[in-house]
Amino acid sequence: MRNAFVETLTELAERDRRIALLTGDLGFSVLEPFGERFPDRFYNVGVAEQNMVGVATGLAEAGMIPFVYSIATFASMRPYEFIRNGPVLHQLPVRIVGVGGGFEYGNNGATHYALEDVGVLRLQRGLTVVVPADTAHARSALEQTYELRRPIYYRVSKGGPPIPGLDSDFELGRLARVRDGGDVALIALGPLAAGAVTAADRLADEGIDAAVAVVESFNPSPAEDLADLLAGVPLAVTVESHFVDGGVGTLVAEVIAEHGLPTRLRRCGIGELPRGMTGSQAFLDDHHGLSAAGISGAARSALLAAR
Amino acid sequence: MATAPSQPRPVEAPHHPVEVPLADRIRLTILQQSHRARFGHIGSALSIADVLAALYGGTLRGEGDDRERFVLSKGHAVLALYAALYETGRIDLATLETYCGDGSALGAHPEHAFAPIDFSTGSLGHGLPYAAGAALAARTLGSARRTFVLLSDAELNEGSVWEAAMFAAHQRLGRLVAIVDLNGVQALGYTRDVIDLEPLGARWEAFGWSVHDVDGHDAAALRATIDALDPASPRPHVVLARTQLGHGVSFMENQIPWHYWPLSDEQFAAAVAEVAAAR
Repeated sequence: MRNAFVETLTELAERDRRIALLTGDLGFSVLEPFGERFPDRFYNVGVAEQNMVGVATGLAEAGMIPFVYSIATFASMRPYEFIRNGPVLHQLPVRIVGVGGGFEYGNNGATHYALEDVGVLRLQRGLTVVVPADTAHARSALEQTYELRRPIYYRVSKGGPPIPGLDSDFELGRLARVRDGGDVALIALGPLAAGAVTAADRLADEGIDAAVAVVESFNPSPAEDLADLLAGVPLAVTVESHFVDGGVGTLVAEVIAEHGLPTRLRRCGIGELPRGMTGSQAFLDDHHGLSAAGISGAARSALLAAR
Repeated sequence: MATAPSQPRPVEAPHHPVEVPLADRIRLTILQQSHRARFGHIGSALSIADVLAALYGGTLRGEGDDRERFVLSKGHAVLALYAALYETGRIDLATLETYCGDGSALGAHPEHAFAPIDFSTGSLGHGLPYAAGAALAARTLGSARRTFVLLSDAELNEGSVWEAAMFAAHQRLGRLVAIVDLNGVQALGYTRDVIDLEPLGARWEAFGWSVHDVDGHDAAALRATIDALDPASPRPHVVLARTQLGHGVSFMENQIPWHYWPLSDEQFAAAVAEVAAAR
């Protein structure tokens, strides 16, 4: 997904000279197409994320559209105050690209797990958060949002399969409905939508009719679309490679509460920062109940508990 | 997007006669407005009156999108900037007198939402990265405009300043000018006792900057130094402006509490009399 994102960015930069790309010394084998095509608009600022966002603020004030690139943890948290006081406070079109949400850097350990990036950045109401679910959506999301006159955080994955049934057109602030169902709604963030679809298949084999939907943006968040979905199901299960607080689970809880809905909620996500627990992404997702089996199991047990 | 700074407007009743040097008019306005608003940071503002007199007295050029940018990275001294904008006719008295008022954009730190301000600051360590970006943008867009940033000396404790210092030198941003208000005082002590900055010139030099030492209370010397900086230099420029906290008001000079204290009526009268008598 990240390669497709940068390819699309390079295509956009071909026709829009305002676009620049800054990296905090990351992106080997990913950023070269842009850097080779536009050396005068590509800057490796070194391992200095605060300065990177500050420099991007200065570029954007002059009318440019700078993208800053790093691993999601380093892009979101190290320069957090610079994001707030820079592009958010100044309302400037800086784009922060955080690669590798959740456990995508699994073997690298806890410093590399982006488990709160969406939550902390969603708190900045002047910043749009975009989380594409697959490669086609990443391309579409970038094309449709890059000119937005406000800052954006893109949580971009290293890879991931296409999501079966997902319309490839990204719509900011809308819920992507992948399939309908009346017993439970599986509401996913990012590439874990693939696991949610597989989980829905398993539940269908058991006679449980599961809807699947994907949240792909915050600020604006798809609150009204979620309310429509949630009004039609007795149970919602949120699925995110993120802490259970601050992301999709929290958004859905807000929608349920603010719309006075009777829908019950089960949040699948990470409870605490893992310590001394590294491994592959698949292992860590499974360990935290985020594999297809974990998701279908959570839905099944929540339905049983309600009977 | 930033809006262009408001154009100089005639002020019907200037506070201070134009025969008084601009730096002293800025000082008098600082004293009057801080006294009216009962708000501190007076010593920090007085410390940079001469630097702002140099910048706003003719150094800063251009209008609209291609204007030269100025970042007041030590945002807590913004009253000096408001005073400079007022005394050079860029804002009117009614606007100035909203300083620290309810609902005013003129708070105790500068806000970009107020048109003459290029960048919001207040959290130390942000200004040099912003300015490096502004200078890089100018070069990328083919503009000869310069970018100025005024830092406090204690602000150099922030690591982000040195991230930006390395970056600007690597990028050879010769049209970037950082001015350090070297008054030696920070919130809880003297800089030499808190985090010693010396040898400061050698440190900037080692980071790849062209270093210029100047009396920070000689507006003419400041102006001459800044205007003579070589924009074609492969090194960005840092001007170490040797200043005094509270300069111009003897009972404030170099006194740590005047980083915070507001003025009593008696202190205000004495301070104004001293600044006025100095000329």
